[in-house]
Amino acid sequence: MSQDLVTVTIDGMPVGVPKGTTLIEAAKHAGVLVPHYCYHPSLPSPAVCRMCLVEVEKQPKLVPACVTPVADGQVVHVNSPKAKAARQGVLEFLLINHPLDCPICDQAGECELQDYTFQEGRAGTRYAEYAKRFNPVEDFGPDILYVANRCILCTRCVRFMDSVAGTPVLNVSERGDRATIGIAEQERLDHPWAGNVVDLCPVGSLLSKDFLHKARAWDLDKAASVCPGCTQGCNVTIDTRDDVVVRLRPRANLEVNRHFMCDEGRRDYRWMNRGDRLEAPLVRDGDRLVAADWDAALDRLAALLRETAGRPAVLLASGRMGTESLGLVRRLLADRPVTAAVKVPLGEEAPLPGVPGLALRRERVPNLRGAELVGVADPWEAALGALGGAGLVVVLDAPLDEGEARRLAASGAPVAWLGTVEHEAARGAALVLPVATMAEETGTFVNRDDRVQRYQQAKGAPGMARPAWWVAGEVLAGPGPDADAPQTGAQAFLRLAELLPAFAGLTHASLGFTGQVLRPAAAGVGA
Amino acid sequence: MGYPHPSHPRETVVLSKHFGDPGARTFDGWVQRGGYQAIRQALGMGRDALIELVKASGLRGRGGAGFPTGLKWSFMPKDDGKPHYLVCNADESEPGTFKDREIMRWTPHQLIEGCLIEAFAIGAERVYIFVRGEFTELFPILGRALEEAYANNAVGRNIFGSQTSVDIVVHRGAGAYICGEETALLNALEGKRGNPRIKPPFPAQAGAFGMPTTVNNVETLAAVPHIVLRGADWYKGLCLGSPKSTGTKLFSVCGHVQRPGNYELTMGFPMKDLIFDLAGGMRPGRTLKAVIPGGSSVPILTAGEVEGTLLDYESIAEKGSMLGSGGMIVMDDSTDMVKTIWRYVKFYAHESCAQCTQCREGTAWTAKILERILAGQGREGDLQLLLDLAENMTGKTICVLSDSCAAPVVSGIRKFRHEFEAYISRSRAPALAAV
Repeated sequence: MSQDLVTVTIDGMPVGVPKGTTLIEAAKHAGVLVPHYCYHPSLPSPAVCRMCLVEVEKQPKLVPACVTPVADGQVVHVNSPKAKAARQGVLEFLLINHPLDCPICDQAGECELQDYTFQEGRAGTRYAEYAKRFNPVEDFGPDILYVANRCILCTRCVRFMDSVAGTPVLNVSERGDRATIGIAEQERLDHPWAGNVVDLCPVGSLLSKDFLHKARAWDLDKAASVCPGCTQGCNVTIDTRDDVVVRLRPRANLEVNRHFMCDEGRRDYRWMNRGDRLEAPLVRDGDRLVAADWDAALDRLAALLRETAGRPAVLLASGRMGTESLGLVRRLLADRPVTAAVKVPLGEEAPLPGVPGLALRRERVPNLRGAELVGVADPWEAALGALGGAGLVVVLDAPLDEGEARRLAASGAPVAWLGTVEHEAARGAALVLPVATMAEETGTFVNRDDRVQRYQQAKGAPGMARPAWWVAGEVLAGPGPDADAPQTGAQAFLRLAELLPAFAGLTHASLGFTGQVLRPAAAGVGA
Repeated sequence: MGYPHPSHPRETVVLSKHFGDPGARTFDGWVQRGGYQAIRQALGMGRDALIELVKASGLRGRGGAGFPTGLKWSFMPKDDGKPHYLVCNADESEPGTFKDREIMRWTPHQLIEGCLIEAFAIGAERVYIFVRGEFTELFPILGRALEEAYANNAVGRNIFGSQTSVDIVVHRGAGAYICGEETALLNALEGKRGNPRIKPPFPAQAGAFGMPTTVNNVETLAAVPHIVLRGADWYKGLCLGSPKSTGTKLFSVCGHVQRPGNYELTMGFPMKDLIFDLAGGMRPGRTLKAVIPGGSSVPILTAGEVEGTLLDYESIAEKGSMLGSGGMIVMDDSTDMVKTIWRYVKFYAHESCAQCTQCREGTAWTAKILERILAGQGREGDLQLLLDLAENMTGKTICVLSDSCAAPVVSGIRKFRHEFEAYISRSRAPALAAV
């Protein structure tokens, strides 16, 4: 190991990095960010923006840190006067034709041109007397606008489409200062992963129409989360403004999704903002459902479980529920035969060719594997078939269609409905409990590769809605103030880890922001 | 020879011996004039001996950089099992340079023979001749010559009955100056946008199609058969100045001289004699003002600096400029230096490939400032701004186009500052309409 390490000194800080590391990555180890535009760790480096020029002792010219590999004993100056002067020169060149329309630009606040200019650019312009270059805004694709005037020609978008998406529809058109990003004739930027060019763009040149003028970057709250779109489990950030989700963006996880997410996942957030939410517990009183407080509702649920003890039960769950919720709700039924399943909507698979193992998966739920691990593993059809002989049915936010709702009603068994939104089929339930969505709680999903990943709460739950794991935890702990009932997602996960060998030894804290893969021996363990 | 002028007695006519002689264009005509002897001799010599011969001759790249040719060939890996390529850079686009054009126009077989010898030396079975897109006249000439060469087994499988096979492909560029830069040329050859590549890797490691490649200029290749036939000592002996500059060189003289044209001279020939003797000097009543000695990319020399300068790599470098491609632009006292420099800068702004920020934006901005000065709207501080921009454009980009744009600006301001100041102080009438 050690013979593969080379030592370089960056701005006075010696660091040991593996041979072949570029200076820009080595500098990160030294705690130095080399300003850059064209470089991106998930794309090939063309070294064209010339922003990352650094001074290396004994080299006559400044070198681009993004493509220069470290050499043992190198002494590098990122913030020497010479390197800073070069960067200031680049910033000046980038800005002469930039419209400086930050007040109406979506990127403002998270713009690398803004940041570096603020950090070390010139205070004034020396390009006062000329009209700036103008090109009209172009419609590149279903969700993507190209604002050429703001473009700094870093070509990240071109390289993403070429070498990662494998669909080279973007190019650099024209030469010299007339150059812009072009799109091939008759082509649209509609690749299932094309939306990544918006995130990759370091300035406000490629914009998402969906997010256009929705919010200023500094007004957004951000929560580290996991995409609920499919079993891939791409790491995402949920951006909210005043408790309303306004966009999902990819969050780096080199093992799962590198820096990318698909467009379908990106679009799949509107359900988090639904207004038709269940907001109070409802318990049956004759032919009516009446609002109750949580104490009464939990008592009613406990009673229902007692009354039906020993009789076969059916659990119809949503694969968007966290492992904690699925696991603890499943535990409620531990004393009886259970047919438990999640409903798995299917869609087309859409791989990203440049990243092996990354695809929009056919199974469009995030926690299919987590459900299996906690014992919600029966086929959906089997669970529906078992409705007839059931003594109790628990619905955990399963998205039932009309036919399924009819079959549920026909079973005659009492129904405990834990749901997020109003549903016709809940009208016949013995009790209806409002639960939180994944955006409103902290929990975990287990992706298709057995990676347990934590998502954090991005917004508040409406009304009296509580996480489903809280509901189940309270009932499992019994009536009265019991210190044992989990009060946080992390405690709920601990409870699960005690009960299920698969999760033994794991905690929310140990999962970190990029998750952990379960030990192979753990696979296939049920409740 | 100074085609279209008759050869001057002070020229050393080697490459240009048959310029103006249409009979030299055909295969038979070329053989009658001693052609295709060198390749037969080379095939019997062995590769290493050939490379050593070229090294010993002192031949240096004639495209502009002056890199020792034999050394460049020796960088090619041996027995690596990969296909090797020879690429002939015939994308002669440097303003003021028109020597390769004449070599290809009159003696296409001279170039083909040079290609064959080098291909054999570096183990390349395929040669690409990348011809500048605007050279419409040359394309059919090269095509015909190649056809004849194939028909006579000079090119193709087992050339001249030997074990060596060499195919030659003539590729016509799409007309971009930057494709004369060797790595941009390789990209263009591969069908990509003609953007210069980052080095390393150098072409000898990963060039055309990722394979070991040597790129040589037309004139360099045309000199090779003569070295093979007449020996390294003969070539090395062609030297009037620095021993590091040997052989003959074609100088394309243009501008304010009475007899513009190509002149083939022994290295180290006095620059002043070329301008005033061979090229006929200034027009009556005019005096020499400035010379750009090596194509538009090199710093300008004043009339005073021309004095005593020899035409070789070292002597011109001593004066702060470069021999470059040997494209010599001569300017007399009627020349407006500001306007001249503006025109060059405009050229570079047009031809920038747009990859590097400094070049894309800097060339165009520099042109705008010069335009404004010429329009009588210059300001105090403009010259400092131009020098600042030039500093930011020098030594910071992937290729040297940006440096080439800055060079005439810097040398122009340093040497002809009063002309810039005359526009800025409004003591000189505007030369351009207001912008």
